Amino acid sequence: MSQTVTKKLMLFFPKCECEKPIIYHLVKDHNLIVNVFRAKVTPEEEGYLALDVTGTEEDIQKGMDFVKTFNVSINTTGKGITVDEDHCTHCGHCITHCPTGALHIADMATREVIFTESKCIECMGCIRVCPYNACASAF
Amino acid sequence: MKTYEQINNRIESGKAVVLTADEIIDYVEKKGLAAAAKEVDVVTTATFGPMCSSGCVLNFGHSKPKIRMSEAWVQDVLVYTGLAAVDVYLGATQLRHNDPANMDHPGEFRYGGAHVMEDLVAGKTLQLFALSYGTDCYPLREIRTYFTINDLNQAIMLNPRNCYQNYNVAVNDSDRTIYTYMGTLEPKRKNANYCSAGQLSPLLNDPYYETIGVGTRVWLAGAHGHVYAEGTQHAGGGSRTPEGIPKGGSGTLALTADMKQMSKEFVRGTSFRGYGVSLALGVGIPIPILNEDVLKRTCISDREILAPVVDYSHDYPQNTGKVLCHVSYEQLRTGEIEVEGKKVAVGSLSSYYKALEIAHLLADEIKRGDFRLAEPIAYLPKDTKMRPLVAREKPS
Repeated sequence: MSQTVTKKLMLFFPKCECEKPIIYHLVKDHNLIVNVFRAKVTPEEEGYLALDVTGTEEDIQKGMDFVKTFNVSINTTGKGITVDEDHCTHCGHCITHCPTGALHIADMATREVIFTESKCIECMGCIRVCPYNACASAF
Repeated sequence: MKTYEQINNRIESGKAVVLTADEIIDYVEKKGLAAAAKEVDVVTTATFGPMCSSGCVLNFGHSKPKIRMSEAWVQDVLVYTGLAAVDVYLGATQLRHNDPANMDHPGEFRYGGAHVMEDLVAGKTLQLFALSYGTDCYPLREIRTYFTINDLNQAIMLNPRNCYQNYNVAVNDSDRTIYTYMGTLEPKRKNANYCSAGQLSPLLNDPYYETIGVGTRVWLAGAHGHVYAEGTQHAGGGSRTPEGIPKGGSGTLALTADMKQMSKEFVRGTSFRGYGVSLALGVGIPIPILNEDVLKRTCISDREILAPVVDYSHDYPQNTGKVLCHVSYEQLRTGEIEVEGKKVAVGSLSSYYKALEIAHLLADEIKRGDFRLAEPIAYLPKDTKMRPLVAREKPS
């Protein structure tokens, strides 16, 4: 059996695609394990879905191809949550509010705060506490 | 022994030996105190963090016809007009008109005086709206106009209290989340926040105010300013460690500088959820190495600096004075402290990263001969205590 991998994705739904059970088919037809972090898909509006998919590279690729048939765009680099480096002062207030360590101090000497996007589960804790408004959500 | 004049001469000739307050620790350990005191001319200290007691005086110049502003708003933020006709004072924590504050708790406090200060320094175009009752000499009753910092005659930062010598570590012992000027504190002591640059912080490197006094030239957000008074709530007489480090807030500085010379990255508006607006500010202060004693005190390290842990759900708001324990900045910087047997995750409000950047920027300016030191014209009191506000009956 091929090795399974986990990929973080952000799907963008144009107005017309919100009534189709896309996630259901990813699980049922493409053997993918889906972990949805955050979703905002409402009728009459554009929508977003931030999720992890776990499966073989091949199944993930097939799943992606399937998703693309719905006119849904796939962003494989995440970016549901962004940290603006021009705004961040590296104070470290966010650190204790980040449950996965996605925001962490990389170097104890300089105390620079680094955001590792792949570890982010989009809880939005950082957005609520950042005094500098450096953390933002795409949706 | 060195004098200010000798040090300034070395700065001017480009020969000054300048180290930051974190570099000096290892340097002295290697070279020895006596040799290092001869070699080193200046140690630079710095801090970057929220300092609520900040603001600025703006002079708009006169319109045609003239107005004597009696009420005024910049970007819809109320400014104080109880000064001369077109002078106003903008306070950092003033909220924008119609900000819902904590009506929908916890409020977001997206924009206030501190954000106006940031935008001003960034060169953005801002709106002034002013009203007046009108006088014979100042007939105009109302003006709405747009300006940048370059249009102003003066934009002088005037901060009654910056650079607290030491500060509390805040925890929350209640069973609900609390929203404070020390950040968001989770219930049951789940997290702790501190706010000091520790071993880099100006007054922790000069604990007895031997070189930092009224008249000391400082680096304020990139501009060259000075200490104009002791800061409000300055109380140098509190308890200290054997090394002289205050175990609580203690000394403060009142600082001023020309905002037209400042850099926007060191003047930053901040929004504290459920609390309000504050100004994060970068300050650098050089310490002249006049003798071995002064040098020795700049060698203080995070291990030797203790901060009081205080419960912000009860003891701080009720002013009980209770301190749960003291922890060192070395412990705080590991990201976890132990308070009464419980491990608590630690976050910070002060940016050590920025402070380090400022200490190096100031050191570079001094090495280039662009920043001269100024001898204080008066020293800060070492024996004063903080007075409380007493709610009294009206005297008969």
